[in-house]
Amino acid sequence: MTDFIIKALIAGLCIAFVAGPLGSFVVWRRMSYFGDTLAHSSLLGIAIGILMDINLQIAVIASSVFFAGLLIVLERNKTLSTDTLLGILAHGTLAFGMLILSLSNTVQINLMGYLFGDLLTIGTQDLWWIGACSALVAALLLKYWNGLLAVTVHEELAKVEGVPVGKLHALMVLMVALLIAVSMKIIGVLLITSLLIIPPAAARKLAQTPEQMALGASLVGGLSVCGGLLLSYFWDTPAGPSIVVTACCFFVLSYLVPALFTNKN
Amino acid sequence: MDNSCLIKAENISIQFGDRQVLQNVSLTVKQGQVLTLIGPNGAGKTTLVRIILGLLKPQSGHLEKPKNLRIGYMPQKLHVEATMPITVRRFLELARHKSSAPISEILEEVQITHLMNHQLRSISGGEMQRVLLARALSQQPQLLVLDEPAQGVDVSGQAELYQLINDIRARHNCGVLMISHDLHLVMAKTDEVVCLNHHICCHGRPEQVSVDPSYLALFGKKEAKNLAVYTHNHNHHHDLTGEVVEHKHD
Repeated sequence: MTDFIIKALIAGLCIAFVAGPLGSFVVWRRMSYFGDTLAHSSLLGIAIGILMDINLQIAVIASSVFFAGLLIVLERNKTLSTDTLLGILAHGTLAFGMLILSLSNTVQINLMGYLFGDLLTIGTQDLWWIGACSALVAALLLKYWNGLLAVTVHEELAKVEGVPVGKLHALMVLMVALLIAVSMKIIGVLLITSLLIIPPAAARKLAQTPEQMALGASLVGGLSVCGGLLLSYFWDTPAGPSIVVTACCFFVLSYLVPALFTNKN
Repeated sequence: MDNSCLIKAENISIQFGDRQVLQNVSLTVKQGQVLTLIGPNGAGKTTLVRIILGLLKPQSGHLEKPKNLRIGYMPQKLHVEATMPITVRRFLELARHKSSAPISEILEEVQITHLMNHQLRSISGGEMQRVLLARALSQQPQLLVLDEPAQGVDVSGQAELYQLINDIRARHNCGVLMISHDLHLVMAKTDEVVCLNHHICCHGRPEQVSVDPSYLALFGKKEAKNLAVYTHNHNHHHDLTGEVVEHKHD
């Protein structure tokens, strides 16, 4: 196998491993639209990065974190419903990003690559970024696991029991922002949240505890990355959609297989 | 503030938009004391409890509680997301401190040991209330705050639940602040009743009056002793907007 596919595989597995537990929180807390918004806004980050000629990875992380912070502040003020707010930001930033990209004729960029992911573009430097950020998010999740879970199950109960609810919510949003920013290159802006949502949904059926669901999601995510990249390598399909299609197959199987067994009995 | 005083709220007021929800509400809860908040829907009972818990800031007034007061809070209800797989045991573990009693012990106290490994979503309303009570107990509370603890529990289960709360109060010698609509069940075990309708209409010791034969039949003798009717003599009533109207003497 060639070098680039191994790099893509390592990067994809790092992301899938962290996306399992983080995505479980996104599912439990109904934050999927939130993830979409952050993903879409990262295209604006790319556009600004190109315009100002700075490191694209840093530009994407900066814009993702900026919009995450903006969302936290706007959410607290409650002037508009969160749903509307997310809709405006998601599509506003995506459109704005596309507009800037189309106006800047200086660089020819691979727009499809950013929208749907392109594993050919994963370089050694990207691998370092992905590895470091995944490790950071994994460490934070491990450290604050119990608190994050308590806040997710019942926020007010957790607050009365002395859990720093506001800080943990902000941490959660920032972790999602960071993971989305680094995994954009491999999965693409438009499909990134599916790696956060589909594996936990597939693992839900068989899990008895939150931890089982989180680790099951990591496993499903990892298998989806392997399957998707193989598909992409042998049939030359785009990386992001291939991974997502594989994950969807796992999701359908997780519902069909137990149903078949119960019918037989 | 004397030592046995757990909560001292003075002249608490809060307004949501144009609506005055609480107006100069004062109350104290002492160690070992049961205070029951009663009042019509929308009277501000839950708002007052949320202020006392520190979940909401009053616009004016003063709230005093001892430093590091351990509060066990039982929310009105718990909605568990369908996507969240969690057992009763894991749910209780979320709130554990180093000094908490073992989970099996707490479950025994609320008599639901058999539910330990059940999914939280699969248990009944009455069982859920006990799980929430267990979670409150895991804080080794000096003060228990219960928001309609018997909500969604069938009639005979309600009496059992209030009996349990009374036993817990006696065993742990904690203060209890409770919102309840089940006057006939809680009054005999309540030290102080506060009737709230945006302001405090009246407060004091409940009167133990009579025992209704139909309740006697329903609950049996032990619970029947706890039953009493609280008569409260209003010196005013409320008009449709909730404004106080003094009684006319003619």
